[in-house]
Amino acid sequence: MRRVAIISYGMTKVDRHWNKSIKDLFSEATLKAINKVNIPKVDAIFVGNMCASDLCDQNNIGTVVADHLGMIPIPSYRIEAACGSGGAAILSGFMAVSSGLFDIVVVGGVEKLTDGVGKKATFSLGKAADFEYELFYGITFASLNALIMRRYMEVYKVPREAFADFAVLMHRNGAKNPYAQLQFEINRETVLKSEDIADPIKLYDCAPIGDGAAVVILCPLEDASRYSDSFVEIAGIGSATDTIDIASREDLLLLKSILIAANNAYKMAKVSPSDIDLAEIHDAFTINAALSLEALGFSKRGEFDKLLYDGAFEPDGLIPVNLSGGLKSRGHPVGATGVYQIAEIIMQLLGEAGKNQLKNAEIGLAQNMAGVASNSYVTILKRCR
Amino acid sequence: MSVPRYWRNIPQRVRMEALKCKSCGKIIYPPRAKCIYCGKNDFECYTIPEKGRLISFSIIRHPPIGFEHTTPYVVGIIEFENGLRISSQITDVDINELKIGMEVEQVFRKVSEDGKSGIIQYAIKFRPIFQNI
Repeated sequence: MRRVAIISYGMTKVDRHWNKSIKDLFSEATLKAINKVNIPKVDAIFVGNMCASDLCDQNNIGTVVADHLGMIPIPSYRIEAACGSGGAAILSGFMAVSSGLFDIVVVGGVEKLTDGVGKKATFSLGKAADFEYELFYGITFASLNALIMRRYMEVYKVPREAFADFAVLMHRNGAKNPYAQLQFEINRETVLKSEDIADPIKLYDCAPIGDGAAVVILCPLEDASRYSDSFVEIAGIGSATDTIDIASREDLLLLKSILIAANNAYKMAKVSPSDIDLAEIHDAFTINAALSLEALGFSKRGEFDKLLYDGAFEPDGLIPVNLSGGLKSRGHPVGATGVYQIAEIIMQLLGEAGKNQLKNAEIGLAQNMAGVASNSYVTILKRCR
Repeated sequence: MSVPRYWRNIPQRVRMEALKCKSCGKIIYPPRAKCIYCGKNDFECYTIPEKGRLISFSIIRHPPIGFEHTTPYVVGIIEFENGLRISSQITDVDINELKIGMEVEQVFRKVSEDGKSGIIQYAIKFRPIFQNI
């Protein structure tokens, strides 16, 4: 198996891009990434996307983007794992390069949620869950997370305010990220007084609806210095699944697929949670942050609030979390989110993160998932000198 | 939803039929090709008990397509004596009376309509059991 490097990245701001289509967004991010490096060719494109079939009335996204980019006839196809599509695309690109089948691949994610009108987006996003046994009964994606959140507060006696305070931290980080959709700070009251979505989840517990594309370029590690002066290595990568409906899980508060994916990634990278300098985690709802941090090994179970109030997740804390603002503030263009996370870790490792730049970050972790972690991706990146 | 798509799930929608693994004894719901606990595939039919307890719930304020007319409505996770858990809609309840641990029972109800010309979908939901009745 060949070692794999990421030599470039490109992103659009996450936003409601009324004047840009799914093709425009993907091409913009791809051209940004390609123009930064000196590559002779691209062998394939893997594009993560969840909702284009529902909201843009378009399948065959791989061909659509390859055509728009003038990259025909190279192989190009869409990878779909709901909100984990971006992470799944990264894994696919990694496999393609490490296996030796392809040398230089473009891996990206794109989502255009604002092309759906009215309740279409809510319904489309809900399809990450079990249609026959959850959606059928009117259970929405937000309410699945609400069921878990109420259970978490009941079992661990964690106050509701802790979740609001996590959102506050995300907005503080996101306010300094030029790519973030919600570039403003909020306070605890903003969350607690926001609209009820699915009790106990309120509007400011949720990631916003937005559009965006993020792209990275992968190649064999041994070739990376030929194409770029700065690059990172995909040192570890893991993926796992869990039951599609949440009620079937023996432990409702353990996101087992994250735990398994993370352990596999840690093992491959030969690191442990304490070696990680920063993490981008999948906080589509504030409860996801608590359970993800626990499954990743950054917090003991049920103690997410203790670490939060100790400042562990702050930019100068034990494990800086979502310096980008996370899904909460940077935004969650679903199929692109997993690739945004990777791009943001790379910016930190290469010292290109601007106002949110950490000092001396060597190893970063990105965790992306579908549904309530029914499908998870964990990627560990290491700075290369 | 097409008629066959609704019709093929009738054992679950209206009779709450699950699978019991003959090998490890666990109940599997929704039904699957193999037991999620032991991996075997020798099952017998198991009917989910009439009564259970609500272990978590949420009140939906922003419905998906097809549920606009009943909003707000309640969904929950119900746990039965044998430890089995399922998710369903909680009906016939005042949202101010919802409590974790409350006893609920099966009741047959309309779930949603598929537009003006599609089928009306019915299924078993759960409602609170009031002790004084």
